[in-house]
This record gives sequence, structure tokens and C-alpha cells, in this order.
Amino acid sequence: MTTLATLDNVTRTYGDVVAVDDVNLSIESGTILGLLGPNGAGKTTVISLLQGLRKPSRGTVTLFGGSPADARNRVLLGSTPQETALPATLRVGEVLDFVGSHFASRAPTAELADEFGLDRLLRRQTGSLSGGQKRRLSVALAFVGRPKLVLLDEPTTGLDVDARRTLWDALRSQHERGATIVVTSHYLEEIEALAQRVVVMGEGRVLADDSLVGVLDRVGLARVRLESGQLDRVATLPGVDRVDEASGTSASFFVRDSDGFIVSLVRSGIDFRGLTVRGATLEEAFLSLTGGARAAAGARTAVRTTPSSTVKES
Amino acid sequence: MSTARLTVVHAKYTLLETARVPIAIIGGLVFPALSLLFFVVPQRAVADDPVFASQAVISLVVFALLANSLFGFGLNISEAREKPWDPYLRTLPAPALSRVLGQVFSTGLLGLASILPVIVIGALLTEATADLWRILVGLGALAVASLSFMFLGISIGYSMPSKAAIAVVQVVMFGLAFGGGLFLPPFLFADWLNALSQFLPSRQAREFVIWAVQGGELEPWVWVGILLWTAGSLALALVLFRRDEGRRYR
Repeated sequence: MTTLATLDNVTRTYGDVVAVDDVNLSIESGTILGLLGPNGAGKTTVISLLQGLRKPSRGTVTLFGGSPADARNRVLLGSTPQETALPATLRVGEVLDFVGSHFASRAPTAELADEFGLDRLLRRQTGSLSGGQKRRLSVALAFVGRPKLVLLDEPTTGLDVDARRTLWDALRSQHERGATIVVTSHYLEEIEALAQRVVVMGEGRVLADDSLVGVLDRVGLARVRLESGQLDRVATLPGVDRVDEASGTSASFFVRDSDGFIVSLVRSGIDFRGLTVRGATLEEAFLSLTGGARAAAGARTAVRTTPSSTVKES
Repeated sequence: MSTARLTVVHAKYTLLETARVPIAIIGGLVFPALSLLFFVVPQRAVADDPVFASQAVISLVVFALLANSLFGFGLNISEAREKPWDPYLRTLPAPALSRVLGQVFSTGLLGLASILPVIVIGALLTEATADLWRILVGLGALAVASLSFMFLGISIGYSMPSKAAIAVVQVVMFGLAFGGGLFLPPFLFADWLNALSQFLPSRQAREFVIWAVQGGELEPWVWVGILLWTAGSLALALVLFRRDEGRRYR
């Protein structure tokens, strides 16, 4: 296991906004590292620091032993453009060849096309592709140069379930062939499906850096909403992480084990009505990690899309 | 990969992107040639005089390159700044120099293509004439004189969004073309316009290329002006380029 890239005490500010706040991160070869966090957590800034697109305000970013701003250190790096970025008039095959011509050893176009389901699209101009097809092409571009380290910023945002799974399969098979992958997401589900190591970011800081299981324990919260005349007694039950009181008689309780919580609620004999249980959004779960007031603003605007812990851009 | 090879790659795909919208190229190719056909060829007093005809051809050649530089750099850069494809290209292992030179070569090649029809029509349908070596020297002078056009185009590209750039490029292009005597020869100018015209890079470029092709005296205001415009517009382009790096990251 070798270290491919590091951030040492890196801070990056944009004017008054601190996007990344004294972050230490080391990326070792062989893993899929999930970078998880709500919008505005600093994930994209970390990626662009590693790509050499931005320079740290303080601290040092190292990529393959040197500065990412030097083109020679980016030879073994793969990254993706945003899906809207593809040059509309170029054909799919041409875009793959254009990017491929930057690398001494490149994956053959046919091989990539097959893997990412682009084989029938090679003659199409990228402007005519669907959103999912553009996504697949964007991600395929990251692998053209047979990279050692691949940085994927929200690779499946906006894809339907099938398309997402196809892309995950392609990423896993690339990983088995030796690529180290860093993937950012605000879908807990995506991180669960891919990552072995998870770094949780919030408000520019690293909140947790642990194995997948370790992090799931910390952010996998359920939200139990109920009405009761004795909310203060409910709050003292075991397993309650945090209480969000809506009115005098109604509140949301964030718990790690919702089944266990409800069993003890019933056993306690406390009178309650209107019980609902759902997975907490990632933003809600982050409140438990940050305890910050600013994250609460993010939680209120979060929109739930599926029963698991996914949130949508708000 | 060497910088030179990557420069060729970037030039090639920039050209390919442009070529997919052929009207963009045809517009640049046709307009200076049409101007020659409609405004010079029928004026036999000009077209039948070797000196005046050559000057008219040279003026339109300068105009072709002026239009090519302002449109090629101004519009391409302002459009690229609005798309995230450009930042992606910067994550590839290519030095910044090869991306910039790629743009310069692709625009330069289109510029060369746009002056060819003017020269061919001028040679066939007017009395314009010059020795081959004079033409080559003239092309060299043209390349030097159009550096400031290129830097002006780059400055426009980095200072405004593409919708504004389209308007500004046209105003600057026609202002410089008329004011610089590229459409109407300066001997028809009023004295005040002639005096004003000598401060414009288009007028200086015209006189410089005419001097290179036809010989004669090179007035100091021509080469001093070219030096000042080149240095000034380069400085402006560099300032805007640096400022843009800061703004894009915010």
C-alpha cells in the first residue's frame, strides 16, 4: 500500500467563506474512498485541490509525490467533467480519443465503450446524448489514461436506479483491476454500495474518517416523530441521540435503533399518538456529528427522495 | 507526452469543434472575399491601378485577420469560460502552454484560410501585383501586426460573457476596420479622421504590411504604434487572464 495523495493541514477560503478548514487526508492505494457530506461541506473543493485546479490558501497538497499543479504529476490521475461540460459538437469517440491522446498508455476506445455501455454511441455527437449517457461518458473519461487514482465528484447525480447500478458495476470492476477511487456523494446509499473507507465532511472539516461500518453506525440514524403530553420523558429513553421539538406536544427523536427505541417507548407506558418512523436524511444525521446550528438550516431545506437516506440538491 | 505534440492535439480538436458548425468558418472565409468582389473589383479606377489595387487587397487581408482574431479569440474564450469543459481539460496532464498555443494555432490556421481567397481574387480580378518574396515578407509583417488584434480578442474574451462579447467584437471590429482605412482608403479621409486613424492598430497594421509589400518609407508612428499597441494589449490580456483565474474559483 502506497500513499497516492495527501492533504496536510489544508485550508481553502473563497473570500470570507472557509470551504475547507484545516483538513488532513491521506489517500492510500487499493481502496475506494467515499467522501460523504451535505452540500457545501467542502467535498468538491477537496477534489479540485487534488486536481490542481485550485491552490490551497494554507497547507500542502501532494499528488504522486509532487504538486498537482504540475502537469507531469497528473499523468496517473483520472477525473470527470460535469455532465453538461462535454463539447456538444464532438462525437463520443472523438472525445475519448482527445482525452486519450494525453496519455502514453491509454485504454482502447472499444474497451471503454463496451464497459460503460457506449459502444452504439461512438458516432453520436455528445450534444445528442441523454443525461445518463453523458454521465457514463464523463465517468469513462476518467479511466481513459489507465489511472492509478481516480477522482469522481458526484458521479451518479441525476441518474435513475438502473443507470446508477450499471455505473457502480463499472467502477467496481475498474477498482478490481487496480484503480484507487475517491468518490464524493451525498447519497449514503451510494457510499454504502461502493466505499470501503469513508471520510465524512461537514462545514469544511473532516468529521469522521473510518471504515464503512464505523461510519454507518454514526450517521445511520432514524427519525421517529410522535405526539405526546410527556415529551420530556420520551427524550430520556435510551438511544435518543437528539430531539427536534416541533410544538409543545409533538417532536422528532433521532435514534440509532428505531425498533429498540419503540419497544422501550411502549414498555415505558408513556402515552403517545401519531407515530411515524423514517430514515434520517444525511443532513439530519450530520447534526449529530456537528451539533452545529448552521447545519440545521441545511436540514430544513433538504428534500427526501427515497426511503433510504438520500437527499436532493435544494 | 511532449508539449509540442499536445499543442497539435489541442489545435486539432479545437478546429474539429469549430468545423462542425461550418457556417462559422464560411462566414470568416467569405466576408473579406465578398468585400473585395463587391467594393473593389467593380471600381475599375482602383482595380486597374497596380498600386491602389494592391493596397486594397492588403487592407482586406488585414481586415480578414482582424475579424478572425477578434472573433476567434474573443468569442471562443468567453464561451469556454462559461462551460465546465475548460476546467476539466486543465485536470489532464497537459501544460497550460499547450492549451493556449493550441488555440493560437487553430485560430491562426483559420486566419490563413480566410486571407487566401482575398489574395487569389485580388490576383485574378484586379491588377494587384507583388513579387513572391514581397508577399512572404508581407505575411510576416501581417503576423507581427496582428499580435495586438489577438491580444485584444483575448482581452474581450476574458472580460465579458459571450453575449456581450458578440456585440463588443462587432463594434470593435467595424470601428477599427473603418477607422483604420481597411474599407475606405485613408486618402479619402478628412484630415481630422486621418489624424485619429493613425492611433489605431488597424491603420498601423495596414501601413506596415503595405510597406513590407510595396516598399517605401516606414513612418515612425507606424512601428512605434504597433509596438505600443502590442505591449499594451498584451499587458491587458495578461491582467484579465490572471483576474479570471481568481474569479472562476470563487
